[in-house]
Amino acid sequence: MQAYLVRRLFESALILLGITLVTFILLYLVPADPARQIAGRSATAETVQNIRDQLGLNDPFFIQYWRYLTALLQGDMGRSYLQRAEVSELIASRLPASLLLMLAAIVTELIFGLTIGIVAALRRNRPADHGLMIFSFVSISAPQFVIGILLLYVFAVKLGWFPIGGYGTFSHVVLPAITLGFLGAGWYSRMMRSSMIDVLGQDFVRTAQAKGLAKGRIILRHVIPNAILPIIAMIGIDIGLFMSGIVVVESVFGWPGIGQLAWQAIQRVDIPVIMGVTMVSATAIVLGNLLADFVAPMIDPRIKTK
Amino acid sequence: MTETVLTVRDLSVQVATPSGAKTVLDGLSFELRAGETLCLAGESGSGKSMTALAIMGLLPKPMCRITRGSVCLGDTQLVGLPDAAYRKIRTARVAMIFQEPMTSLNPLMTVQQQLTETLLEHDACTRAEAPARALQLLRDVQLTEPERRLKQYPHELSGGMRQRVMIAIALACDPEVLIADEPTTALDVTVQAEILDLIRALQRDHGTSVLMITHDMGVVAEMADHVIILRHGQEVESAPVRDIFSTPRSEYAKELLGAVPRLGTAPPRPAKPQGVPVLEVDDLSVRFDVRGGVLNRVQARVHAVEGVSFGINAGETLALVGESGCGKSTIGKALMGLVPWQGSVQVMGRQTRGMGPALMKPVRRDVQMVFQDPGASLDSRMTVGDQVAEPLLIHGLASGSALKDRVEHLFRRVGLSPDMMARYPHEFSGGQRQRVNIARALSLSPKLIIADESVSALDVSVQAQVLELLQEIQDEDGLAFLFISHDMAVVEQVADRIMVMRLGQVVEEGARDAILRDPRHQYTRRLLSAVPVPDPSRQRPERIETESIGSPIWPKGREPDRLKLEEISFQHRVAV
Repeated sequence: MQAYLVRRLFESALILLGITLVTFILLYLVPADPARQIAGRSATAETVQNIRDQLGLNDPFFIQYWRYLTALLQGDMGRSYLQRAEVSELIASRLPASLLLMLAAIVTELIFGLTIGIVAALRRNRPADHGLMIFSFVSISAPQFVIGILLLYVFAVKLGWFPIGGYGTFSHVVLPAITLGFLGAGWYSRMMRSSMIDVLGQDFVRTAQAKGLAKGRIILRHVIPNAILPIIAMIGIDIGLFMSGIVVVESVFGWPGIGQLAWQAIQRVDIPVIMGVTMVSATAIVLGNLLADFVAPMIDPRIKTK
Repeated sequence: MTETVLTVRDLSVQVATPSGAKTVLDGLSFELRAGETLCLAGESGSGKSMTALAIMGLLPKPMCRITRGSVCLGDTQLVGLPDAAYRKIRTARVAMIFQEPMTSLNPLMTVQQQLTETLLEHDACTRAEAPARALQLLRDVQLTEPERRLKQYPHELSGGMRQRVMIAIALACDPEVLIADEPTTALDVTVQAEILDLIRALQRDHGTSVLMITHDMGVVAEMADHVIILRHGQEVESAPVRDIFSTPRSEYAKELLGAVPRLGTAPPRPAKPQGVPVLEVDDLSVRFDVRGGVLNRVQARVHAVEGVSFGINAGETLALVGESGCGKSTIGKALMGLVPWQGSVQVMGRQTRGMGPALMKPVRRDVQMVFQDPGASLDSRMTVGDQVAEPLLIHGLASGSALKDRVEHLFRRVGLSPDMMARYPHEFSGGQRQRVNIARALSLSPKLIIADESVSALDVSVQAQVLELLQEIQDEDGLAFLFISHDMAVVEQVADRIMVMRLGQVVEEGARDAILRDPRHQYTRRLLSAVPVPDPSRQRPERIETESIGSPIWPKGREPDRLKLEEISFQHRVAV
């Protein structure tokens, strides 16, 4: 187990290193000139050139990359070009809000997705199943900004049950979490349904019936734990999906997280901030997958941590 | 007359199919008496498993339903019993064990959890007593190290051990009737012998009645007091076991018993002129790495095949026998270049060591394989004609009308009509599919056919026909066969020579009769004594005690000791 842990952490570090290189290359190739952005439209070519020199943008690619990497390893993500602040501070002030939103969304999508999937599988090919699958289809297809705005209109504007936007109390988090988790709930319900149907046809379920166990016990003790296994690996991958969703959802609900920070930075080519946010979300995805890989053997004794 | 425990009257079951309801069990009646063993025997589709599920109330809903008849357990009528009442009967009064021990246990629960769950459901004991009862049950089924087994998960147990756990669960509440649906079909022959012994012993101690479902007439002869032979859902014959075997009345029973291969009854193999060597294998080893640790380095190796040497001449059949995991199938794969191997393999005098896929291509023409599962080895979305033609196209041997003629010829050759060429695999029976596979293997006119358990999945009557076909092909074309099988009786019918393997090494080899009539190695004797004999009047031989067989996995840097073969008579060699 320890050897496995060490190896997986080592692999994860390598993956993150790869991500720094790829994002750095992409941003290096972007035609927009950050120096021009900082200097403003009316600045002279000389001013722009000075800014370029100051930021080290004229140095060869590998020197720039090396400078970035060594600073990053010391915890220094650089300074924002446009806001007078360290990137690490900007992210640190925004990250808790985003993590809270993501956690709430995961809980939401699991509760909805798994319940819908279980019910649909048990009512397979009956009206309830068809209805739930149409719902899951809609939730997968609907764009998040549409869902967000719809929820805002109905539950915040018309009914007034929840605040329109902002951050602070439990009721603030409900609508953004549902919006963010809506897509995942659709996916999970479909996966859980097919996984349940698969497990229901397994020999050991027949054994459980032959034992004379009650139906509820068979479902809870024998079917659901086996059906949920393939879902666990998905939760790790999901964090990646959230990162794209969070940009949209945070804008719609005015949620002060890193999604909004990323959005502003992209519009204004604030490269250090974009790099910072990318690294943080990449780390989150890698950690999410790592966590899923460690949780799986705890539930499934067949997976050996070698 | 002892009392009747289970009475089945006029039981009929229908299955809904897209083309309407199909009767799969038609008016079956029987009585099961206390302490008796009743065998339902028949080939696939005879309705024997349906009977078991109908008694347990576990027919798959809503496709299957009981249309007629009654099932009485003592005074309780089971047909139409509400689910809540049925639950109290399952395992408590009628218990069932299944064919597939590998998949019949929940992989996420320990043995103890799966045992105690049953006990508690039926209030057989209190929660505090449950662990002790579970331990006692494992002792009853003679599982080794029962204390440790309780804490283990199913994947840590072998097939035989899992079947013992299944039996322990089934007997947890001391049921009146135990239904065993092909309980040993998926197990090795020595393990099968142990499990059958165990069922007999438990039956004797507890007075349980056993309803045994099997296709294996050897198992019937060993276990049954009374036999019912089923075909297409109908009873063909019902008689005490001795009468069925000595004086079968119905035509079908005679046919069925006639098709059963009996060890020790095959006619002598005809003497053949020595053919040219087709395959020469020298010091073949196949090892798989087991990796682990921080740097994922090789920590151990599975020595699947270790230093095996043999040769096959044209027109000759060499049988490779042994229990699962002995490396016999791996040898077949190695010869086809499907797994990495070391040593020397010469096909028609050409050394294949170090050949890449391109160089192997002409060699593959000479060596073709027929696999165990006739359905799974065909592509279900391609017509059988195209599948037989495909090798010819790949090797560029025929095209256009010549190709069509060749495929037609192959179909006739294996006893299929050429109009079947445009059909898909699902339209064929298992035996026909295996014929298609054989046609596919023959399409390249190979010199050697590797038959890996090629008839194991077939019913006995079909098995006999396929074996006959293979023999015909060999006689006509002088093909060499490498026949990989676990079934000694089948091997006796086809083999000229036999090689017995254990843990990747050969323990004994020689002419068929030398091995079967005069086995010298302890392991060969054990294998042979475990084969169930389809003759109820024969005294069961004293079983040779099982020793632990060991493991082919060795830590890095250590290797298994090579067995040395000593020639004890002409071409009969035994490990010392």
